[in-house]
Amino acid sequence: MKDGATRDGFADALLDLASDPKLVVLDAGVSDSTRTQKFGDKYPDRFFNMGISEGDMVCTAAGFATTGKVPFAAGFACFLLGRTMDQILVSLAYSNTNVKLVGSHGGLAVGEDGPTAQMIVDLAYTRAMPNMTVIQPADWEEAFQATKALFEHKGPAYLRLGRPSVKGVYDSNHKFKIGKGHILKPGKDLAIFATGIMVQESLTAMETLEKEGIKPTLVNIATIKPLDVELVVEQARGNGAVIIAEDHNRIGGLGDAVTEALMENEVHVPIKKIAVNDVFAETGNAKDLFEKYGLSANHIVQTAKSILKK
Amino acid sequence: MNGTKVDNPDVGELTAIARELRKKSLELIFRAGSGHPGGSLSSADLMAALFFAVMKYDSKDPRSPGRDRFILSKGHCTPILYSTLARAGFLSDEDLLQYRQINSEKFLSGHPHPKTPGVEIATGSLGQGLSVGHGIALAARLDGLPYRVFVLLGDGEIQEGQVWEAAMSAQKFKSNNLIAIIDNNKVAQDNLTKDLKDLEPLEDKWIAFGWDVHRIDGHNMDQILEVLDKPLHPEKPRVIIADTIKGKGVSFMEGEPGWHGKAPSEDLYKQAMEELEA
Repeated sequence: MKDGATRDGFADALLDLASDPKLVVLDAGVSDSTRTQKFGDKYPDRFFNMGISEGDMVCTAAGFATTGKVPFAAGFACFLLGRTMDQILVSLAYSNTNVKLVGSHGGLAVGEDGPTAQMIVDLAYTRAMPNMTVIQPADWEEAFQATKALFEHKGPAYLRLGRPSVKGVYDSNHKFKIGKGHILKPGKDLAIFATGIMVQESLTAMETLEKEGIKPTLVNIATIKPLDVELVVEQARGNGAVIIAEDHNRIGGLGDAVTEALMENEVHVPIKKIAVNDVFAETGNAKDLFEKYGLSANHIVQTAKSILKK
Repeated sequence: MNGTKVDNPDVGELTAIARELRKKSLELIFRAGSGHPGGSLSSADLMAALFFAVMKYDSKDPRSPGRDRFILSKGHCTPILYSTLARAGFLSDEDLLQYRQINSEKFLSGHPHPKTPGVEIATGSLGQGLSVGHGIALAARLDGLPYRVFVLLGDGEIQEGQVWEAAMSAQKFKSNNLIAIIDNNKVAQDNLTKDLKDLEPLEDKWIAFGWDVHRIDGHNMDQILEVLDKPLHPEKPRVIIADTIKGKGVSFMEGEPGWHGKAPSEDLYKQAMEELEA
């Protein structure tokens, strides 16, 4: 199992895919951070650094896609998504162009750069758009596999990546599939649906919970849209209580996706969200931010206990 | 002449086609009860030249890889686009009856969508088309294909900042197969464009952005053909500033912001058609 940042798993997969001439990569002037520079150094003819103009980049990628190219367009999640909702809606989602948006540095995990750099509404933005697929991998390996799966997938998609290096939870035997959740640890007392870096926080929380006799089921939801409703419903019913964990605002992200799915399928179990509580955070390192804003393993432990009334 | 372009375009014939496209545009708007006449009429001569004298395409194979591309970045002007696509053989007259109608088989929406044959991408939010066209132009170079990409912009549209982002990008990548045409009719929805936010000195702006700049009378077919026939610049993208009159050909619409986006009454429709006939 390889430790590393999901942004690196993505960039390494691009190198693996490079033999296919359909692949083109665009960046909005932050290729050292998104790691697309690795591709750009090796394949300068198919790497287009569009400068600090995300709207132009997104639509240029759409143009590429109309010719049969498969463009990956990368930038900081904050600006790639925040500045370009209209471009994404019209030139990608509505036009149904085969563009893969790659937003790195998602969530409070970014840390010290503060709220203008901590993207906490991107899952809500993209999830609300028809035709969009939304993916957030948990570790290097899953980011690597998700990138390759997205290359094969037809249609617009958003891949949300993180800045920090995270502990590997998968090895190369993992079989990532778009639209499928994965049970990382089976249990019985409650289902934790986690995405991205919250998979690692949940694993830490589970060590404590297990010591106290609580055995949760941990489900990694890497595909936020389309949601694996079947698995979510089955695990919510089977475990009888639900926690949903994401480094995102509590509105519009995985928490809402899972809650909607459970309500619509008449699964009436206790549900708690671990998410940013509809506030802007502040500067600080990721660990301190996770503690202060309710995303840490400790919060998962406390929430699990309260939901089980233990 | 149904199908693609005229082999030896004749100015008289193209002018007649433009008049026909203007009439068809107004017919579509009148029948639908809504639509955008002003910018359709101003761009009719440009559209006639592009589709019936300049661009290479096969309307029976609308996705053939080597086709010249056209993007209506000022996406509200679908009356002229669909009229042109019908005359070029992408759509039938029957299809046009479904303009702005629910369940339209060829998806003839108020703004374009690629479900319609001959349309590359959805537009309708101003400012995106030049970037899209540039992506296609870059792909042409990667694929070693000699096609050109024509993007029709409105003058009001270039108040959108993204147009200038795309202008910088095309200059950076020396995308000489990208040709922007500005339908400079000087009138936007609210007001005269210059009173909204003045674009002049327009040529100087594009020159400063590194483009090969041409300015023509957008209703003079000789000038239109001459500029569209020019060989590509060795490294610069090209912009053609076509000075036009909004609502061209219909006296009460000419230069009037009020005719940006509404249908005429039956009386005014008849008057307009008579004027276009004359």
